[in-house]
Amino acid sequence: MSRLLVKNGRVIDPSLGLDRVCDIAIEDGKVKEIGNDLSAAGTGQFDASGLIVSPGFIDMHVHLREPGFEHAETIETGARAAAAGGFTSVCCMPNTKPVNDSATVTSYIRDRAQRFAVVNVFPIGAITKNSEGEELSAIGSMKEAGIVAISDDGKPVMNARVARRAMEFARSLDLPYIEHCEDLHLSAGGDMHEGIESTRLGLRGIPRSSEDVMVARDLILSGLTGCRYHVAHLSSKYSVEMVGLAKSRGLKVTAEATPHHFVLADTDMPPYDSNFKMKPPLREISDVEAVLKGLQNGAIEAIATDHAPHPGAEKMQEFERCPFGIIGLETALGLALERLYHTGAISLPKLVELFTTGPNRILSLGRGSLRVGAPADVTIFSAAHEWAYDVNRSPSKSRNTPFNGRKFKGGPVATIVAGNVVWRFND
Amino acid sequence: MSVGLLDIESLSRDDVEAILARSKNFQPAIGQSFQRLDSLRGRTVVNLFFESSTRTRTSFEIAAKRLGADVLSITAAGSSVSKGESLVDTLNTLAAMRPDAIVMRHSASGAPHFLSRYLPVPIVNAGDGTHEHPTQALLDALTIIDRRGSLDGLRVAIIGDIAHSRVARSNIFLLSKFGVRIVLCGPASLLPPEIGRIAPGVELATDIFKAIDNADVIMMLRVQLERQYEASFPANEYFQFFGLRLEHLERAKSDVIVMHPGPINRGREISSEVADSQRSAILNQVENGIAVRMAVLERVLSR
Repeated sequence: MSRLLVKNGRVIDPSLGLDRVCDIAIEDGKVKEIGNDLSAAGTGQFDASGLIVSPGFIDMHVHLREPGFEHAETIETGARAAAAGGFTSVCCMPNTKPVNDSATVTSYIRDRAQRFAVVNVFPIGAITKNSEGEELSAIGSMKEAGIVAISDDGKPVMNARVARRAMEFARSLDLPYIEHCEDLHLSAGGDMHEGIESTRLGLRGIPRSSEDVMVARDLILSGLTGCRYHVAHLSSKYSVEMVGLAKSRGLKVTAEATPHHFVLADTDMPPYDSNFKMKPPLREISDVEAVLKGLQNGAIEAIATDHAPHPGAEKMQEFERCPFGIIGLETALGLALERLYHTGAISLPKLVELFTTGPNRILSLGRGSLRVGAPADVTIFSAAHEWAYDVNRSPSKSRNTPFNGRKFKGGPVATIVAGNVVWRFND
Repeated sequence: MSVGLLDIESLSRDDVEAILARSKNFQPAIGQSFQRLDSLRGRTVVNLFFESSTRTRTSFEIAAKRLGADVLSITAAGSSVSKGESLVDTLNTLAAMRPDAIVMRHSASGAPHFLSRYLPVPIVNAGDGTHEHPTQALLDALTIIDRRGSLDGLRVAIIGDIAHSRVARSNIFLLSKFGVRIVLCGPASLLPPEIGRIAPGVELATDIFKAIDNADVIMMLRVQLERQYEASFPANEYFQFFGLRLEHLERAKSDVIVMHPGPINRGREISSEVADSQRSAILNQVENGIAVRMAVLERVLSR
């Protein structure tokens, strides 16, 4: 019988409405008791004095690259990076090779995760076969194999009829439908947000409208089909507004935002630095502010990293040839504290919600809570300790981040999955 | 980080003035052949052209030779680039042979900026994608100054595919530093509103008559079908609405200067009559190209 006692931390659990200093007793991978002065006899102890203890963080949008792109990341290394970022659960997108469009691939991912991942890995299945946007993939059998949502992330479903059919199917299976919103005709050839910066640099633009057009289309389709519809990495101010409006009309719509979209704007990019190249692109200050507002007013319910590893050689090319995406697991909490909490934009419990109950509500993972009997996934973090991100020490296989060397005030301190400490801050 | 010439935008007005002043020394007097100098003797310049170019490459080559430098020109076809080597590796290999400067043209915007972060050798940008073509703007400025004495108080119309033109961008950045009033004109789909905000003093027009009204200089841009990523204008009526013809010159200032970075497409963006007219400064531009590139190479290599 394994036991762990987390002592004297400020326990913030939005699912329980809890925010006070107390202890958490863990036994056999489950939360056994929450209370004051719990006994420590025969138990491992974690002194969390001065720290915040919360349900384990969930990152509902990562790319683990396995199978197929193991030179960029594996389930094992991605999971270790997740643990180092305070995440106890991650949801991996299906754009692997082969694409996760069948129960076989889903089972393979689950099996690899079982054996090699230090955090929980929840696969997301492809909407269409090979994510080609034409034929629906084996959604039902993938659900039986353990997918928690469907998405053709990175390859938006351009055909509205296909999207509609997939949403109908998703509704019948009670699976969320996650869209990477980008009208590929409007964004074709683009490398960064279309605006003054792209014009100045002579880079082709990805207009805000490419996102807005698809968000609008999908909101209409989600109303038509009644499916649980989720917008991945919301970045355009108009899209934030549309999602807010759809929610107020009672649609089953949710959205996530990445840390880079609420911290950086296109003007922050050093000229042609491919570590600032991602989709959706870094937009304008007014968009960053809209995303922040969306996080404050509830239009956006989750922070997700869109952790997208690419090996160095792929990012060491002419800007227009570099792939899109940055890694983000280890910097997410630091950035959220910096931009959301230390600025006074949101409270700590609200911040915890965006990493826990928010994504859990969207995906119904049965995580994100410290209620007695729940899996003992716990994130322990500090809102005060100063540290700097050194990507060369990252457990991830890739180094593509715009945040290398950035100094943070507060960040993850320890990550506990099913009662086991899988990562500890070690300066 | 090596100091070369990556773009006009990051130069100061003083930098531009210094280069232009030095260029004047390299303009041969009319009718005289050029005397070879030796200020860059023993120095090696590598011309690396990943995009085809005759005039710019030749111009840089002659400029370097007139200063006594050794020049080596490489074009992408037949080089290791076509064997799949990455740009960084190609450049690193060349840099290991210790040239004193690399002049490069590349189809990707920012390619020289990206390389300059990794290479110790100064890089002179001879055109990067749809970003900048700094020596073109310098030679254009020299050509205008030859005819007008200075850039002060001028009004310059730039007409054509503004969105995809590196010549337009470099000229906008340069002329704006001198307070020149710039009118950009072209089909609306090639005239993004944002380009009016990349530098002070820029206005936009879709009517060519409005653009050339009261202009001291009309710069025509090559219609670059190879830079068309999509069908963004009705190509068959381009000349009708944006091609420069004699009827336009009749409504322009009597001493207006017509310029074109070349190579010209007669009958596509400019009529033959205009290209060959007294107002055309197209051949002066070519001549000035050498003088400006001599000044640039000397500046880059003398550090």
